[in-house]
Amino acid sequence: MAVSKTWVFAEADGDKPTGTTLELLTKARELSGTLEAVYVGANADTLAGVLGEHGATTVYAVDPGDALPGVVGAAALASLIGEHAPDLVLFAQSYDGRDAISRLSVKLDRPVLTNGTSLRADGDQVVVGAAIFGGNTLVDTEFEGEAPFLAAIRPKSFAAEPGGGAPAQVVTVPAPDAGRAGETRVLERHVEEREGPKLEEAQVVVSGGRGLGSAEAYDPLVEQLAKLLGGASGASRAIVDAGWVPYAKQVGQTGKVVKPKVYIALGISGATQHMVGMKGSENIIAVNKDAEAPIFGIADLGVVGDVHKVVPKLIEALQARS
Amino acid sequence: MNIAVCVKQIPDPNVPGKLEADNTLDRSGKPQIDDSDMYGVEMALQLADKAGGGEVILLSMAPGGEVAGLRTGLAMGSARAVLVSDDALSGSDALSTAKVLAKAVERAGDVDLLLTATESTDGYTGTIPAQVAELLGWPSLTFAKHVEVADGKVTIQRQTEAGYDVVEASLPAVVSVTAGVVEPRYPSFKGIMAAKNKPVDQVTVADLGLDAGDVGWAGARQQIVSVGAAPERQAGEKIEDDGDAYTRVVEFLENLKVI
Repeated sequence: MAVSKTWVFAEADGDKPTGTTLELLTKARELSGTLEAVYVGANADTLAGVLGEHGATTVYAVDPGDALPGVVGAAALASLIGEHAPDLVLFAQSYDGRDAISRLSVKLDRPVLTNGTSLRADGDQVVVGAAIFGGNTLVDTEFEGEAPFLAAIRPKSFAAEPGGGAPAQVVTVPAPDAGRAGETRVLERHVEEREGPKLEEAQVVVSGGRGLGSAEAYDPLVEQLAKLLGGASGASRAIVDAGWVPYAKQVGQTGKVVKPKVYIALGISGATQHMVGMKGSENIIAVNKDAEAPIFGIADLGVVGDVHKVVPKLIEALQARS
Repeated sequence: MNIAVCVKQIPDPNVPGKLEADNTLDRSGKPQIDDSDMYGVEMALQLADKAGGGEVILLSMAPGGEVAGLRTGLAMGSARAVLVSDDALSGSDALSTAKVLAKAVERAGDVDLLLTATESTDGYTGTIPAQVAELLGWPSLTFAKHVEVADGKVTIQRQTEAGYDVVEASLPAVVSVTAGVVEPRYPSFKGIMAAKNKPVDQVTVADLGLDAGDVGWAGARQQIVSVGAAPERQAGEKIEDDGDAYTRVVEFLENLKVI
């Protein structure tokens, strides 16, 4: 038996599928005969075209109302899986994807493989690759036992490419009763104003670390440089832990994985936990006072110096050009 | 209000990790509390304080009756701990671990709120919070960057891609907290001394009413097929800042056509 049906737990950013959703669909086209999506949200009709273009023939859609999407998604998936029996269900390693795969694994009593960065099918075996120890070791793991196999894949693990399919057929399914879990309510949604691109999609990412010295240095150095380069700002775990910047900016194993054209690390020593989130960048520039900092071991251009001296001059030079 | 906190005891994350011959994590170094769990412990202590009473109870699963990391959480002010330690747990995957922790919540007694980190620093599967919630039949409020409890309800600010959502559920519930949500206190000398005498209820898989065949290697239903070194990235040019290093950065960016 080969993998004959794959499902992707689709997510959206407004009226567009997320980049990771399309990456997963593109990859899944290599694997299976049938490829379908399951989507939790009210606007499946607006996504059907792009989902279809990337390979999904059908999208099962459930409207969660003001419940948490991952919780509703797990309950809907459990009942749909009983009916349609997919061999493999892929999730994005995202906030809602993680809620959904976790609860579904309990409902079906199936193990999960998460943080995947590669995926392949070997006959009826499905193998998920993930990085451990801050990315210096790669581990391939295969599922044993009964399908469906549940895997969560990190953003940017695959390239998204349209395959020219027709719009996916939207099959609306009612929101199932998720018990007490389903009582969780979203009361308000806050969209934080963001100038420039998203962290995971930016061509240039400028991140700051402990070497900035204080929370007050983040704006004038990191934010300012990111803005001038049309990029996004990120952070090491150390300064997120210290409360200088929100978790949303964290780049690393626990945080976001970025692969920009240029990654600029300011005052970041390069803990393994950070490097796993950025070492896939095309080019890395690092500025750090400590000549022995591990970040220099992977930087294409390393500047041994004080960020408080180097970066203001760099900013001034860039401002003078524009 | 009684609050339980999942606490993982892990090898020092600053020492490069190693796998044993059976592909389990080398745990030979002295374990310590996972930094990610310090936020849950601190949050629990603050919430219990605000509620005007109740216990903070630590829950942990670790080989060899390990308590080094638990003592840190007890020294911060937690009342007691439940430690599940059993050779049958070696090789456990996330789902088996969640089954054990859900039973530990029941063992702990009257728990109103369970706090966890979003993922551990070593294994970082990141599914335990919602898995435990599903096993208990409780709501899960994940990725909290702010937590409040009042009138039998918990309200959080849940991190989203776009910003945050305000999410609410009734107790009992599971909340996973992000790093930096509160500032963990340092244990005082008095706290460290007191921690030595705080009760740790050490139990086995059988004590929890679980079948050894459902956990550990037997329950994992996944098999590591290969382990290899990731491709190394080479270091490039390294310069000392003599006051003009920024010009080299400008040049580098020009060559890449990002400016």
